[in-house]
Amino acid sequence: MAKITLSNLAHSYISNPKSEKDYALRRLNHEWEDGAAYALLGPSGCGKSTLLNIISGILTPSEGRILFDEDDVTFADTADRNIAQVFQFPVVYDTMTVRQNLEFPLKNRGADPKYIQQRVASIARSIQVEDILDKKAQGLTADAKQKISLGRGMVREDVNAILFDEPLTVIDPHMKWELRTQLKALHKELKHTMIFVTHDQTEALTFADKVVVMNEGNVVQIGTPEELFEKPAHTFVGYFIGSPGMNVFDAEVTGNIANLQGNKMELKQTHKKLSGKTELGVRPEFITLCEEGMGIKIDIVRVEDVAHHKIVRAIYNNKDVNIIVPEDVIITPTMNNMTFDMSRVNVYVNSWLVEGEEIS
Amino acid sequence: MKKTVNQKAWFLVLPVLLLVGFSAVIPLMTVVNYSIQDTFGNNVFFEVGLEWFEEVLHSERLHDALGRQMLFTGIIMVIEIPLGIYIALHMPKSGFWASVCLVLVSLPLLVPWNVVGTIWQIFGRTDIGLLGHTLAAMGVEYNYTQDVLSAWITLIVMDVWHWTSLVVLLCYAGLQSIPGAYYQAAKIDQASKWSVFRYIQLPKMMGVLLIASLLRFMDSFMIYTEPMVVTGGGPGNATTFLSIDLVKMAIGQFDLGPAAAFSLIYFLVILLMSWAFFTIMTNIDKQEA
Repeated sequence: MAKITLSNLAHSYISNPKSEKDYALRRLNHEWEDGAAYALLGPSGCGKSTLLNIISGILTPSEGRILFDEDDVTFADTADRNIAQVFQFPVVYDTMTVRQNLEFPLKNRGADPKYIQQRVASIARSIQVEDILDKKAQGLTADAKQKISLGRGMVREDVNAILFDEPLTVIDPHMKWELRTQLKALHKELKHTMIFVTHDQTEALTFADKVVVMNEGNVVQIGTPEELFEKPAHTFVGYFIGSPGMNVFDAEVTGNIANLQGNKMELKQTHKKLSGKTELGVRPEFITLCEEGMGIKIDIVRVEDVAHHKIVRAIYNNKDVNIIVPEDVIITPTMNNMTFDMSRVNVYVNSWLVEGEEIS
Repeated sequence: MKKTVNQKAWFLVLPVLLLVGFSAVIPLMTVVNYSIQDTFGNNVFFEVGLEWFEEVLHSERLHDALGRQMLFTGIIMVIEIPLGIYIALHMPKSGFWASVCLVLVSLPLLVPWNVVGTIWQIFGRTDIGLLGHTLAAMGVEYNYTQDVLSAWITLIVMDVWHWTSLVVLLCYAGLQSIPGAYYQAAKIDQASKWSVFRYIQLPKMMGVLLIASLLRFMDSFMIYTEPMVVTGGGPGNATTFLSIDLVKMAIGQFDLGPAAAFSLIYFLVILLMSWAFFTIMTNIDKQEA
């Protein structure tokens, strides 16, 4: 197990990158703490797989260095990095039994047969495949195969990190939940550093201690699921995380007064003069629908009932607004105003979060 | 599901039935017809029952030809299958050179069979052939028209040259279908090159290898044109394989009865061996699974 340090890391698939746009992964400094569970979250093509491949050693970064503890492994081969990887679809050795699959990495490293036997037994218990140990790997279900390929990684005690490249893609929905829970339990038990790439926010938020949100080659925010929810560092994070995503309103902010096209409101923080495009970000959970005259007028388009709450789709100033209304609230035709929970309103300048001074 | 009974539907299969009848059943039946009759000329035939079959089954000539045939098929398969796998493994996987290799490898398959025979017939001649003349100049005793070993080597090398490409192409296609993640995982597991072959590449190639082996078995068991052009079955009867012998008997000697019985037995032998081959291979495949 090791701390992984990315220092000034950047990667471009073009040999002579000229502008920022040519980089699949833009300059990045980050330390992955030893033993933590991270999720790399972002839409397709945001650079998360590039980053994962750099860590696993499939790709050599065009700039910067990568360190495992204090060792520079930037140019080290995958085999020498001592990492484990679980791929998008199950990679198992079909002609071997489950036991042989689990033994394989240890055998290749010339481990003592007694140790192998004991280690395989303990891993088989952890990933709950004891009952199928002597079955051929070929006939197993996708989730069992994924567990085996995970087990093949974990069977080595000295493994530096386990990388997951969207490992739940081919798993049936009802097994996804179970596998994710098992993964989390395994992480608690064995304390491996785990990096989990996904484009599914639920997966990321339930699995990880810390979520790294990426967009267009940039790391936009690294934080706990709570931080991402309450204080998205970039409007993209606001959109991408949450269902529906954060509402963004054009506004002018002077001091602690925000002006939404004539509707003024008092912020909980006071800001110095802001230059650039100013916006307010409010999550649908923190907007309340109320009677006419109590707040800002909106046009309701439709109401969707999604079991535990209702989503109100509305329009304000030609822009979509989403509001989450608790299940027990009855929406009447006269409820066409909205108010914000002002303590949960974030201010963005040029899409990035700005923190003002707290008003005491 | 409830099926409607409509006997008129039989008419829909009639065209295929007719086609198969004219292309396969009727010609085969004429052979069957010949195999149970004899003639002393003047187009007068009389029935002889299974006499021809008995004669052919006990004939030394057929046994020898069958033995030569099996030896030939055995040798070329033992060479072509591993060689094909080896070449496929070492071909570039992508880019310009992959295309170049594919075209070069496919070339022998595009040459008509009698041309292949002619090429090697001339290539091996000691007076004007590049190979034969060079060998002769080097002092190697090589003459496929007189020496049995030379004739066999020539035919085997020719078949390997002509048909290994088929095995290569099929294996190459099988290899290309293996996702990169498998190799990546093997690297992470520090698998040796042999392990990668044994546990990843070979299992993924089993399906195409089965087809390749079956095709090579059937084709080589029925080989006619190439050895006919190169050696004509000689020297003596050294390279007279089943089909060459059959043609000699049917068209050369015009022994229609025995030849018909011979071809039916030949057909059954191929059918039986292909079936046995296929069953064994699929069973191996299942055991692997």
